[in-house]
Amino acid sequence: MKLVKLIAIAGVVAGFTASAAFAGTLDTVKSKGHVQCGVSGGLPGFSAPNDKGQMVGIDADVCYAVAAAIFGDRSKTKFTPLTAKERFTALASGEVDILSRNTTHTLHRDTALGINFTYYNYIDGQGFLVKKTLGVKSAKELDGAAVCVQAGTTTELNLADYFRTNGMKFKPVVYDTTPQTREGFDKGSCDVLTSDKSQLAAIRSELKDPSGSVILPETISKEPLGPVVRQGDDQWFNIVKWVLFAVINADELGVTSKNVDEMKKSNNPSIKRLLGLEGEMGKDLGLSADWAYNAIKQVGNYDEMYERNVAPLGLSRKGSVNDLWTRGGILYAPPIR
Amino acid sequence: MADKVMTFEKLPDRPPPMSQVGIVGWVRENLFGSKTNTILTLVSLYVLYILVVPLVDWAVINANWVGEDKSVCDANKAGACWVFIAARFNQIMFGLYYGANPDQIWRPTLAFALLIVLAIPLFIESFKYKLQLGAFILFGYPFVIFALIHGAWLGLPVAGTSEWGGFMLTFVLASVGIVGALPIGILLALGRRSELPVIRTFSIAFIEFWRGTPLITILFMASVMLPLFFPSEVDFDKVLRAMIGITMFQSAYTAEAIRGGLQAIPKGQFEAAEALGHNYWKMMAFIVLPQALRISIPGIVNTFIALFKDTSLVSIIGLLDLLNMALITSRSLEWKGFDLEGFTFAAFIFWICCYAMSRYSRAIEDKIDKATKY
Amino acid sequence: MLGLIIWALTTIFTNTIHNLEERGIQTGFSFLDNVAPFGIGFSPIIEFKLGTSTYWDVFFIGIQNTILVSVFGVVAATFLGFVIGIMRLSPNWLLSRFALTYIEVFRNIPVLLQIMFWNFAIFLPLLPSPRQSLSFADSLFLNGRGLYMPKPIFDSGVGIWIYAIIATVTVIGLFMMGRWAKKRQDESGERFPARLIGAGILLAVLLIGYFVSGSPISLELPTLARFNLTGGLEIPLPLFVLWFSLTTYTASFIAENVRGGIQSVAKGQTEAACAVGLQRTQMLRLVIIPQAMRVIVPPTISQFLNLTKNSSLAVAIAYEEVVNIWAGTALNQTGQALIIIAMTVAVYECLSLLTSFALNVYNKRIQLVER
Repeated sequence: MKLVKLIAIAGVVAGFTASAAFAGTLDTVKSKGHVQCGVSGGLPGFSAPNDKGQMVGIDADVCYAVAAAIFGDRSKTKFTPLTAKERFTALASGEVDILSRNTTHTLHRDTALGINFTYYNYIDGQGFLVKKTLGVKSAKELDGAAVCVQAGTTTELNLADYFRTNGMKFKPVVYDTTPQTREGFDKGSCDVLTSDKSQLAAIRSELKDPSGSVILPETISKEPLGPVVRQGDDQWFNIVKWVLFAVINADELGVTSKNVDEMKKSNNPSIKRLLGLEGEMGKDLGLSADWAYNAIKQVGNYDEMYERNVAPLGLSRKGSVNDLWTRGGILYAPPIR
Repeated sequence: MADKVMTFEKLPDRPPPMSQVGIVGWVRENLFGSKTNTILTLVSLYVLYILVVPLVDWAVINANWVGEDKSVCDANKAGACWVFIAARFNQIMFGLYYGANPDQIWRPTLAFALLIVLAIPLFIESFKYKLQLGAFILFGYPFVIFALIHGAWLGLPVAGTSEWGGFMLTFVLASVGIVGALPIGILLALGRRSELPVIRTFSIAFIEFWRGTPLITILFMASVMLPLFFPSEVDFDKVLRAMIGITMFQSAYTAEAIRGGLQAIPKGQFEAAEALGHNYWKMMAFIVLPQALRISIPGIVNTFIALFKDTSLVSIIGLLDLLNMALITSRSLEWKGFDLEGFTFAAFIFWICCYAMSRYSRAIEDKIDKATKY
Repeated sequence: MLGLIIWALTTIFTNTIHNLEERGIQTGFSFLDNVAPFGIGFSPIIEFKLGTSTYWDVFFIGIQNTILVSVFGVVAATFLGFVIGIMRLSPNWLLSRFALTYIEVFRNIPVLLQIMFWNFAIFLPLLPSPRQSLSFADSLFLNGRGLYMPKPIFDSGVGIWIYAIIATVTVIGLFMMGRWAKKRQDESGERFPARLIGAGILLAVLLIGYFVSGSPISLELPTLARFNLTGGLEIPLPLFVLWFSLTTYTASFIAENVRGGIQSVAKGQTEAACAVGLQRTQMLRLVIIPQAMRVIVPPTISQFLNLTKNSSLAVAIAYEEVVNIWAGTALNQTGQALIIIAMTVAVYECLSLLTSFALNVYNKRIQLVER
């Protein structure tokens, strides 16, 4: 009997107070051999499984790029689909290493949840999707409408703010996941669906009759979306942030996955530094010299990511906020030097 | 006249009238016995007619059974589209990983087949090692199924828990729940009948706490609070957290089922065991629990059925169990609009499993009843 | 053993504190007084006002909606459960099989699946959009958003008091008549159809009194606005679907309890009831069921609790009960997981204690009948 008790106590002790030494995320990732990435998993263009069961989308690509930068192999990525509700706990508890799940950067989240936002891979704004038969032309006409919205998002708050500011009434119909919200709208449990405009485009494409609905012109909020990491691990924070900066810089410098090998011969010092031929950028991050080369070679620059994933939703990049600062957008990555 | 001898001869029994025996008699007796009975029969027949006929039409007669893709079903909207189920069968049963790697499907299939083969002797009256076999199924087999479907131990391609899904996940969650809950449940049931007030109070509080809380709240708790309870190096993935929540929940119900069994043990058994000089644990382990567990088997099976159905709640926290898998496949781009089929199929699978188990539990119950009554 | 438990609890506690600090997560009760920055669609008694309602209000609205659906569900499930349970024992073979099929189908399919099935596969697709609402006499409307009924509006004048007094006096009078009728039957054996006459009187008095007191109650009819019907009394579809599915599901369990209870009544009781010439309905009502209640009530208690707990599955169909808006929306928007989950659990613990207390009292009373 004593033996049993002893074993039980030992087991519990081991469980509760496992080694106090805290390994950095990079070391943990290297030792387990893959990057664990929290995604939505049900949002075409951002992260959704394709026919072969692989996760594709611009959010998924961020993780592929990070894996390529660390391991030189984009396939060393594993995905955990998360609901909006559980995403921050999943990140804070170490279940995922990166949260790349169309997450809006806000002050509250930055300060109160123990997480850090790196940079943005898509800059969005909230809009409305309405059934055409209602004949609504502007969001200002939505007084009294039932609005489908996903739980646990900033969307829910913006919605309340917007109607309050405009002195209108609404009836929220709150679902837990994007597919349920879409299903609710499609089957008529509400008049309007509100979400980030990129999502609206994706959702609309998935309706039974996409042409029966229309996205209203108003954008009612700022939604800078980007990958998030745990607070307190600066090295990991830097890696994720700079992988994202690297693919944006590659876009600016015209380095693509196709011409990256030729670009190695380029005389442009910026390109040389980007591809690890000059300077010790990789070492500073704790990675190999060809970290950015691998990411670009295997995943592509920002433009390729966008065109591959988001453009098919009918969201053109040209001239939008998501274009480079040199082309009229606001995407601006600090220099690699 | 008087000399006429009167003989009494027994004529052979006349057969009962047609209206009393055979089909006609049965129908008269059971369906048209009285005026109310007749009305009830007619109403029932009508209700059956309006319910069953369209259902059979939809599910069987007009259904689309063979085809390659959606076009077959779009052409014939009057019936169910079982083509969809056939196309996504692997995903719905075994989850995304095995759906994407059909060459690996033998692993979960083998695991299930093994379980069925192992379980068969349990139903054979003359089989002697039921107890040992049952114990192996409960506590040894889980390692086998884990080795097979996870793969790391056997050097197979790894299918991590986050890639488990479909019926397989439902089954794994429910099994882990019952296996993990049994030992905890036994301890709690003993604790609830303990003479030490502290342990008794703790057991009662523990049981009532988990029984009073809805499983969905417990799952939320497991997914947002559990990580806070442990040092950050202890890492739980989502499936594991759900398993912990489900096990805690289930242990309270198992404890109550076992308590029922304990209460049925006559006091004499305890006294006899004490008279033989057994201490508490020996008395429980060798005299009381074997009898109590036997009586509580139907109760435990019933809580297991409830748990099996309740595992569908993990779809709310985003795990891809049978229900969620049926939903997301029926809402995928390729098969949009066939959620009725998805629901029906998932309901059918759940129903078969639960119905079979409830029949089994009732059979044991009858057996125990007979054994104790005579 | 005890030390182990205490040690485990303290470790969990210190770990939690440590983790909260390390991850920079703030916790505390102060957020409860903040104004809730989101909207709530259905709040019948405690009303939600965007911009003034606090998190406390959100919490209480959640509880209110949970109780609402549970109470209606318990009543309906008990009724349906008795009907099906009695049908199950009907001498009519077809009816009995019908009940059996019902029981076996409904109780062996997960309730979440049933809720989603009724919502997404049946009611939402089949009911029309608000503009094509099915209407009955232009006062009852049914559409994919819910059922809309006229809402009684009570005047604030003297009339309503007069009416209330008339109604109270009548009810007291009828109550006394009932007692008199029972006494007479006990003494002389003559029956007086108190219920029938009572109902007639009540209806007549209420109707006449209504006009005498100057029509103090008016009806607010739902009218079609741009998007949906407004005004009147609204039963949102999610509430209806949840109520419907919980009722049909729980009824299948209660039916089994009822069957078991009735079968537990000694056969001699049935035979005796037949011998004194009671009809089947009288026999059930006066002889069998009162005795069967002793067996039926205890397991039915736990079914009521289950129904209340299952109402939390409303998350899937957007009915705004406590788990959905409190442990869901509010938790997300504040990130106060510890406190919010603890409060949610506390609600269910209270509800479950209350229900079992109330029914245990009833159970005790019924057990005393035994001689």
